[in-house]
Amino acid sequence: MDNSKNICSIFSEKAKAVSAVVTKVPTIQAAFEYAADLCRQNDPVSGQAVKNGTPPPQNQGPRSVETQKIVAAPGLDSGLYAEFEKICGANDLTLTNKGLRDHLTGVAMGFTIADYGIAETGTLVINCPSEELRLSTMICDIHVAVLPMSRIRKSAYDLEPELTKMFKNSPDYTSFITGASRTADIERVLALGVHGPLELHILLMEEK
Amino acid sequence: MQKAENIKKYKREVDGALANDFLRLAMDKFAVAYRGSRENVFSGMDVNGIIAEVAGAKDAAIARMDELYELFKQNAEKAGITVHLAETALEANEIICKIAKDNDVSKIIKSKSMTAEETLLNHHLEANDLEVTETDLGEWIIQLRHEGPSHMVMPAIHLSRNQVGELFTDVTGKQQPSEDIDHLVKVARQQLRQKFIEADMGISGANFALADTGTLGIITNEGNARLVTTLPRVHVALVGLEKLMPTLHDALTVNRVLPRNATGQAITSYVTWISGPNECKADATGRKQMHIVFLDNGRRKLAKDPVFSQVLRCVRCGACANVCPVYRMVGGHQMGHIYIGAIGLIMTYFFHGRDKAKNLVQNCINCGACKSVCAAGIDLPGLIKEVHARILDETGHPLTSVMLSKVMQSRELFHRFLRYASFAQKPVVGKTGYIRHLPMIFAREHDFKAIPAIAERPFREIWESVRPSVENPRYRVALFSGCVQDFVYPEQLVAGLQAMAGHGVAVDFPMDQNCCGLPLQMMGEKSAAREVAAQNVAAIDPDQYDYIVTLCASCASHLKNAYPKILDPDSIAGTKAKQFSDKIISFSSFMNDVIQVRQDEFTRSDETVTYHAPCHLCRGLGVKDAPHELIQKAGVFAPAQEEETCCGFGGTYSGKFPQISKEILNRKLDDVKQTGADILVTECPGCVMQLRGGAEKRCDSFRVLHMAEFLAKQRK
Repeated sequence: MDNSKNICSIFSEKAKAVSAVVTKVPTIQAAFEYAADLCRQNDPVSGQAVKNGTPPPQNQGPRSVETQKIVAAPGLDSGLYAEFEKICGANDLTLTNKGLRDHLTGVAMGFTIADYGIAETGTLVINCPSEELRLSTMICDIHVAVLPMSRIRKSAYDLEPELTKMFKNSPDYTSFITGASRTADIERVLALGVHGPLELHILLMEEK
Repeated sequence: MQKAENIKKYKREVDGALANDFLRLAMDKFAVAYRGSRENVFSGMDVNGIIAEVAGAKDAAIARMDELYELFKQNAEKAGITVHLAETALEANEIICKIAKDNDVSKIIKSKSMTAEETLLNHHLEANDLEVTETDLGEWIIQLRHEGPSHMVMPAIHLSRNQVGELFTDVTGKQQPSEDIDHLVKVARQQLRQKFIEADMGISGANFALADTGTLGIITNEGNARLVTTLPRVHVALVGLEKLMPTLHDALTVNRVLPRNATGQAITSYVTWISGPNECKADATGRKQMHIVFLDNGRRKLAKDPVFSQVLRCVRCGACANVCPVYRMVGGHQMGHIYIGAIGLIMTYFFHGRDKAKNLVQNCINCGACKSVCAAGIDLPGLIKEVHARILDETGHPLTSVMLSKVMQSRELFHRFLRYASFAQKPVVGKTGYIRHLPMIFAREHDFKAIPAIAERPFREIWESVRPSVENPRYRVALFSGCVQDFVYPEQLVAGLQAMAGHGVAVDFPMDQNCCGLPLQMMGEKSAAREVAAQNVAAIDPDQYDYIVTLCASCASHLKNAYPKILDPDSIAGTKAKQFSDKIISFSSFMNDVIQVRQDEFTRSDETVTYHAPCHLCRGLGVKDAPHELIQKAGVFAPAQEEETCCGFGGTYSGKFPQISKEILNRKLDDVKQTGADILVTECPGCVMQLRGGAEKRCDSFRVLHMAEFLAKQRK
């Protein structure tokens, strides 16, 4: 137990060091609440939900479906999806799990459940041969990933059998994700969100 | 992209780079910041152990290249990937172009690939009416500017935000505020997202090709490779054969070092593993069309070369450029044709030919900084010299270097020549000890340092008068002087003897010793270097001595590291060379670690002392602590920030590239000045010549002393 706690704290420390926001959540429902709340408050950066370049009206009652911010969560099973949809609706957000190619200029949030975590580098491992799932982690402004704490391993070496099994089950697309998309290509100044998400939030989920 | 036809034009381009103030400032900041972040990210890790693991894994994979290719192909084809093997760069480009045509592609997006730079893929595709857009920010910037990369990891590091701002203003037709880098990055995000959406085909490189699962591994920070491999209906990966590795484990090992070494990150933002053609809703079949083009372009031959196969270990981290003092001064466009940095000088020869490489390989100062950080433990300076020698063998040796090597192979002739020089310089020396007016053979560009005169009497002539007589010695040592101390700075050797006095050291100076051969090696004169090595091994019988002490770090490192390699290890001379090299020790190590001089032997003055670590001492021999400890025993030590940065001498290098040598020296002297020290101590007569000559010319207030001179001066 002590050991796994230790691994979790190393994971947090390393992920935070690369600008990820790391929070503990007791349940998946708490994760939904966190994500919806975050998305509601955040100003959109990409072109999503902003038709004709006009920003959505603020504080003027509920927005029309046309201008609502989109949350993509293609990886959720139908039960969880329905729960999340309710919470999104209450926050003036549209939840979707398909058709992301219609939103390639960007969606406000991608919500995923990570397969594994690597403590040594604060890395998420997401198995995403499904195109919708993959896109949800690429075209969003904010990526929120839930990571069950029991899924954290010390180093990438400790995941060799699991990863090899994924690779053999082709076609396969597996991503290591560590922090937000970043570049230092102009004068070596760090800038986040050059192609992928501008923010990465990791919700460490305790399991009962 | 460096393609000057001759050395004269090359030097002119180097001058241009040296005059670029932004480049100089940017490179300088980078060099300092990199050192710190690399140290941090490796802290607590066994760096050398991991590097040895990487080298081992890469060597094993390189030896099995053909077999791993077959295995990969089998597994990849089973998964539905079409695998191609291109023998040449042109063939690779043609295959990729045909894939585009066969699939009615008109727009292509690319993620960064050095291999595609190597084959000049974009030029080929554009010539065939295909629109290609680079999506890595730096690559996109240089593509828009029609330039080649100036660094393997940061291709646009030579550009300022203003230049990028102007470029983006042109591209968008809208004024873009250039001071705000975050804004510029968002402009790129928006512009490039549109390109992603429109593209029919994505081209990527790969960092790994895992044979046992047919998997590609791609390392990026921006995440563009994920979009490139996801959005368009066709994905083509261009992969060098050296990227093949047996298993994931090997790739994970490389991945522990690569990002740390490249940018000081423990891992990049994204590592993407692709096995087979994945779901793709842009294609009518619902699945991606996936092709992998493996590039040979000389790699299979290279893999079988006993000397050069290690070139293929390179994981493209770019660290060899990050620490190179020459790169720091002139930037990447003068330090490689397409591949940049130390490894670039070598790869240019193999992938782009002799003509592109012949000037570049001469621009190595041999400081060994690259070798000491290489992620795969490649002997970069050694291989650069080896390429240089090959080019000379292929094209003919220049007359001056042939003559010099002839002269140096005969010790008597060489030493007679040096004595004559001492006589000939008299009219220009006066009583100063420096050559006051440079003779005509030196151009004005050499005038940045005062050149010391040849001593009136070389050490070998005064030896009998200074030879210590020791009864019942504790140690028997032979002194290897090297040419510079023998003929220019004999007083350093005399000081060395004084510093050792009273410790029971019986010293011998074998008269038949010749130049160590390093300058010959530097000029690419391998056979002459071998000849003088054999002479020295014959002149000093290692069996008669406990140690062979040398006060010249460059000689010491060459004698210790190179001799066993350049003399055939299977011959008797080779065996002797090994015994000889085992006895070689630097002055500091001998004084501090062997005879263990004590603090109470010295008068500690109030003067502060800083230290310049000669490249061949701190990296060549790994001696770092002994000089510090000696200085602390005899004085007040004020460490310099860039203690281990090269002084810019590099033996024959400063003769060949005086303008670069001068700038490296200036930076060095500024760093020394910052310590406020009264005395700068170092341990190589070459460094003394450079630093003392430069400080004299600049009228810096500190004195420059050899460690032996400092210790002799402070002795009670």
